[in-house]
Amino acid sequence: MPPAASEPASPVTYLNATRGVRAWLLTRDHKRIALLFMALVTLNFLLGGLFAMTLRVKLLFPGPFMIEPITYNRIFTLHGVIMVWLFMIPAIPTIFGNFMLPLMLGAKDLAFPRLNLLSFYIYAIGSLVTLWGMVQGGADTGWTFYTPYSTTTPTQIVPVLMGVFIVGFSTILTGLNFIVTTHTLRAPGMKWMRMPLFVWGIYATSVIQVLATPVLGLVLLLVAFEHAFGWGLFDPAVGGDPLLFQHLFWFYSHPAVYIMVLPSFAVMSEVVCAYAHKNIFNYKAIAYSSLGIAFVGFFTWGHHMFVSGLSTFDSGVFGVLSMLVGIFTAIKVFNWVGTFYKGSIDFRAPVVYVLGLLFYLVFGGMTGIAVATTSLDVHWNDTYFIVAHFHFIMVGVTIMAFLMGLHYWYPKMFGRLYPERAALVASVVIAFGFVATFLPQFLLGNGGMLRRYYSYPEKYQALHVLSTAGASLLFLGLATVLTYLVVSLRWGERAAHNPWGSKGFEWLSATPPPPSNYEELPRFTGEPHDYSTTEPQAVTEPGAPS
Amino acid sequence: MGAPGSGEVGVLATLERVLREVLYLSPAASTYAQRIDRLHFLIILTTLVAATGIFAAAGYFIVRYRRRPGVETTPRFTPRPWMESLIIGVPLSFFLLCFYLGFRDFVWLHNPPKDALDVYVTGKQWMWKFSYPGGPNEVNVLTVPQGKPVRLLLTSRDVIHSFYVPDFRMKQDALPGRYTSLWFEAISAGSYQVLCAEFCGVQHSMMRARLDVLKPEEFDTWLAEHRRGLQARQDGSGGLALPPMAEQGRLLTVKFECLRCHTVDGTAHIGPTFLDLYRRQEKLTSGDSVMADEAYLTESMMDPLAKVVAGFNPVMPSYLGQLSGPEAGAIVEYIKSLRSDQQQPIPAQGPTYAPSGQ
Amino acid sequence: MSEEASGHLAEQFTTLEKQAHASRLGMWVFICTEILLFGGLFVSYAYYRAMFPEEFREASRHLKTWIGTLNTFVLLTSSFTVAMSLHFARTTRGRGAAGLLALSIGLALLFLAFKGYEYSQDFAEGLFPGRLVREPALRNPGGGIFLGLYYMMTGLHAIHVTIGIGVLAVMGVLASRGAFSAHYDTPLELGAMYWHLVDAIWIFLWPLLYLL
Repeated sequence: MPPAASEPASPVTYLNATRGVRAWLLTRDHKRIALLFMALVTLNFLLGGLFAMTLRVKLLFPGPFMIEPITYNRIFTLHGVIMVWLFMIPAIPTIFGNFMLPLMLGAKDLAFPRLNLLSFYIYAIGSLVTLWGMVQGGADTGWTFYTPYSTTTPTQIVPVLMGVFIVGFSTILTGLNFIVTTHTLRAPGMKWMRMPLFVWGIYATSVIQVLATPVLGLVLLLVAFEHAFGWGLFDPAVGGDPLLFQHLFWFYSHPAVYIMVLPSFAVMSEVVCAYAHKNIFNYKAIAYSSLGIAFVGFFTWGHHMFVSGLSTFDSGVFGVLSMLVGIFTAIKVFNWVGTFYKGSIDFRAPVVYVLGLLFYLVFGGMTGIAVATTSLDVHWNDTYFIVAHFHFIMVGVTIMAFLMGLHYWYPKMFGRLYPERAALVASVVIAFGFVATFLPQFLLGNGGMLRRYYSYPEKYQALHVLSTAGASLLFLGLATVLTYLVVSLRWGERAAHNPWGSKGFEWLSATPPPPSNYEELPRFTGEPHDYSTTEPQAVTEPGAPS
Repeated sequence: MGAPGSGEVGVLATLERVLREVLYLSPAASTYAQRIDRLHFLIILTTLVAATGIFAAAGYFIVRYRRRPGVETTPRFTPRPWMESLIIGVPLSFFLLCFYLGFRDFVWLHNPPKDALDVYVTGKQWMWKFSYPGGPNEVNVLTVPQGKPVRLLLTSRDVIHSFYVPDFRMKQDALPGRYTSLWFEAISAGSYQVLCAEFCGVQHSMMRARLDVLKPEEFDTWLAEHRRGLQARQDGSGGLALPPMAEQGRLLTVKFECLRCHTVDGTAHIGPTFLDLYRRQEKLTSGDSVMADEAYLTESMMDPLAKVVAGFNPVMPSYLGQLSGPEAGAIVEYIKSLRSDQQQPIPAQGPTYAPSGQ
Repeated sequence: MSEEASGHLAEQFTTLEKQAHASRLGMWVFICTEILLFGGLFVSYAYYRAMFPEEFREASRHLKTWIGTLNTFVLLTSSFTVAMSLHFARTTRGRGAAGLLALSIGLALLFLAFKGYEYSQDFAEGLFPGRLVREPALRNPGGGIFLGLYYMMTGLHAIHVTIGIGVLAVMGVLASRGAFSAHYDTPLELGAMYWHLVDAIWIFLWPLLYLL
């Protein structure tokens, strides 16, 4: 790295250290790679959002309107595929995880910087293949690719499957990189029980990513192979069993739900402590509950199959295990609320997102308990109740966490401040718009409205209109956030070193950080998120490797 | 819903009506719906209270402990064990209670009463076909008696479908190549909507059927009339000894050469005899015993070596992929019709059941 | 740490030992993902074997057991030569290490050649997966599924062998340039681990497909 970085007068940051397109596209700096991911993930999010709005507009009317049924089917499939695999799974780990993990551990980079860049390009190629598949005609199976429909559909499912398969490699490599980094690049004094809670969450996520994604990759390969050659592994007409697909698919895709929400919990823990100016209520409870979710989450996949022909006994086992996984989330919720107690709370936009996340998580989580209740799932399975439930718990929580992280770390990443007042207004609009979109969908589900329905009985129309109105509000709020954040990149007020007075370890480096994060490696002497003392949390030791 | 007997029941009934209205839940039209709707209310109300309560608690703390100038540090707070046990114990107890209450009804749902009326249901893109063992066959209209248990035996001819009656609060996937079942008892006469809940292609949302619930006597008349029409047609064509599904099954046993190994006269051959096989307790090579019901018979055609009857060699080939779902169902109906105690196959009022020891 | 080795030290690591430890850990994590990838196939195999035991036995009899067995020996030998090359590299005999790696690549190519010959024979006999199977004795559901699994498992394994050849080739070039020593052998060690993994997977495929 350039020796100029050690001159105190010149603020060399990772943003201005080298210039030019090549320097960015071939960078091995985890912070720049995080920004590359940010650009692409945001584009995919916009695309998925546009598809969602198209669906909502069509659903204003019970009969045919605007688009054909086949187009509608393709759009909801792509909405699901893009939002799940190209937005929610990569969003927080690849952007904030990439950027913050080495900073928090006191490391100069991830363990494998080149692998990190490769991971980005694999993600880019996977996205392109998926989009190419969409242009070629798209798949119409829903993001769950249930066989035997998916193996016989006349649409172009193979490119979409391949796109997701390729993105899977990116997920695996990112997870691998994070695991190794956490094990080997903790700075002196950074004991396991001193790691910031964000690191715990990302670490638990990485374990799931590495163990579950290969099974998904294989299952997608099998479906593609079967679609192409008709060998019948999942097709009863040739002797196969369609339920085997569901077992293999949910073995991945249920843990995938935790791949989506654990990083959100990780961001939440950091943000709650920072804005409450308060020690986390119970550090170990948060850290261990992440690992608990990662473990138990692997044994609950059957609760997606209560009405698909699973035996009564199996349903009972999966039912109990699903209840157990809920308790870990409950522990986290109580810990976050407890953290506010006797804190010194700075009310800014991220705190609105914290409140939103709490509401969505508790509501979405409790409705999760509801649908994991075997007898009630017989009614709710495949209805809008399920749609609303997983939008609350996956989408709502992820979006809230993504936005709170974006606002909290914006100065850290770009050295600028966002406009607080606009942010507050937008956050309230988004939080309210989300509820207005999905609360009616719970009611629709109670009434029997089924998911993936192009036409629907007329009695459901009023609630659909309400939901679409809410979605417009949500879209408006998100567009506002995107606008002011982009504008602030250039015209935002310059940020102080630590504008929120946070005691997160990532703020120990300069703002924005220099190319190699720390001139001299820190030695950690204090606990993370410790607001009970004004003692420094780390000391720098000139060139003394342990 | 039962008639309100006392004032207290009246209040409860009113409360239920209001909740249904607010939660957009249609009146409970099956006994299953009646059983589970209370749990539904309990969980949803708890959800609302918990979510609002936690939101409010956080909101209160945010206002109460808002940042004031000059505050440098905040006290470290160490939670006491009783708090943690409360945090874990209360929700866990509630979750397990939900599981217990739910699973009790789920088990109930999977144990149909012995005297249920059987109807075979076949889903295909994009329609529902309903076959009564003694005839007739209907498309997209299922007619059942009020206040009597009805068991549906579901299968699919192509992709996965799911039979769903919102007013009954029940659905069950229909899978190609095997049978699943679902039973219900309709409370009041009327017409209900049947939808397909599992995405099955372009016309998925139009794969709808009607469920007509008739008063028992009306249903008997309906069934008799439709069978008479059928009988007339059959008589015209020379007359068949067996009802259509069982007859179709008999032809299939010839086509697939089942009778090379299984007899229909009660003598054991390479495989067990079909006579009186239905609902017989069979001892297996594994030492267990199994009731030869629809599920076992279908499984034995698709995966014959899974449960081999004691005294026979595991030699039967699998017919998975060769027999379609409806064909397997027809063979089961043929086996059901083979009873030594009655010369006439299949009585018109549906199959009779041996006690299952329930 | 020695001067010659410090050139390999990346900025984020403080010592070479730590870096080597990180690389090995990364490789082990990667091996876990590979095992889970094939694990899905093994689960499917077990599931359908339980459902169609006769058909699977019958279909297995149609495969060329002698080629499968021969290939097992070829691959085991290559694993041994790769291990030997690591030993040579550590004792600074770069030429010898490169030669052994070249031999290993030769064996891997031999494996693929046998495999290709076997596929062509299979095709000639009409052993296609699923619905496409033409061999009359296997025109039953189980037989088609077995052949599908056979092509899927061996095909996926062959892809791994092909990637392995590339890895070994790069290592061979590095070794011949004398890049490795007792202080620094991490890339070759990881390459060897990968090759042993490929070998180990075959050790499971061989009995499942040809012998049982």
